[in-house]
Amino acid sequence: MESLLQKLAVENGLILSFAVVGLVVLFSGFISRQLTFGRVQGSAIAILIGLALAYVGGRMTGGNKGLADVTYFSGLALMGGNMLRDFAIVATAFEVQPAEAKRAGWVGALALFIGTLLPFVIGVAIAYIFGYRDAVSLTTIGAGTVTYIVGPVTGSAIGASSEVITLSIAVGVFKAILVMITTPMLAKFMRLSTPRSAMVFGGLAGTVSGVSAGLAATDRKLVPYGALVATFHTGIGCLVVPSLFFFVVRALFPAHV
Amino acid sequence: MPLYGTALLAVCHLLGILFGELLGRALGVQANVGGVGIAMLLLIAARFYGHQRGWLEAKSEEGVNYWAALYIPVVIAMAMQQNVLKALSGGPMALAAAITTVTACACCVAFINRREVVAPAETPSK
Repeated sequence: MESLLQKLAVENGLILSFAVVGLVVLFSGFISRQLTFGRVQGSAIAILIGLALAYVGGRMTGGNKGLADVTYFSGLALMGGNMLRDFAIVATAFEVQPAEAKRAGWVGALALFIGTLLPFVIGVAIAYIFGYRDAVSLTTIGAGTVTYIVGPVTGSAIGASSEVITLSIAVGVFKAILVMITTPMLAKFMRLSTPRSAMVFGGLAGTVSGVSAGLAATDRKLVPYGALVATFHTGIGCLVVPSLFFFVVRALFPAHV
Repeated sequence: MPLYGTALLAVCHLLGILFGELLGRALGVQANVGGVGIAMLLLIAARFYGHQRGWLEAKSEEGVNYWAALYIPVVIAMAMQQNVLKALSGGPMALAAAITTVTACACCVAFINRREVVAPAETPSK
């Protein structure tokens, strides 16, 4: 019986994922209405439950894909993987009002610029406080603070040690998760209510995963505007961090002989 | 037919990712530069011209809207496969760097967005 169920689950992984996520959404909606009286959005609760399940999955298997590493739920890797996530994000572009997006274009670009520089500077500063002094490690940890993809890309380009690269990924993943959780709580403070404000947020908060989940948990209408800007984040980070930013850090922290 | 919409979405997606890859190569970066963003711009443009020239029917649009509606479930599935364990394994430094950054960026967003409030309040009165 066990093997039959497992066969069914594995061979229909994606279909099972639709059912599992559907149940989580249903349950989250119930909690949202009954326990928080609609104050906390159902999707915010669903994302929190998702993260909790990812933690459980990680503990059970020791893998790095959360619940998707559990054989029964391997289909989640496809449903929540980059391919379908990006496909769904692109689809939301249908809801964009071109005039709104155009009007906020420059402020989105500005946010993108600050959103790359500010996390990098903070990452480098924190790494310095924690005792790192060489330009390569400082830059790699700063890069991880931009996004968890910029970290390893930068680290391998400039020859960082594998521990530092791992650390930079940890920083980036932690940041993405923190953005997912705190966005709905900080939405009022950040005045996250208009297309323009979502584009500013998308540029500054970075990481497509953090922004897409954070906005989904806050206001579904804002998603395409934030995502439109956020999707440029990783590319720009990979462009300027291992080159321009690295040169600056190397000039500030010359290697000791 | 809804499939036309989904096919249009797929074509925009693929072209966007392709352009993003080419842009990355041209800039000498080991990453896709804005592929999804470019795909979104292509889809926005396709919708605009499709409406203008009349070849985009409401029925075809359903094929895109369905995928847009799947967005939240997909994001929840994404949350389910985050490497939460890894994030926690970074120790106090990862914690400090992530919390400081998110706080600083949230303040920055708040600062920029608070300046916007003036603009929409003024425009309608004109």
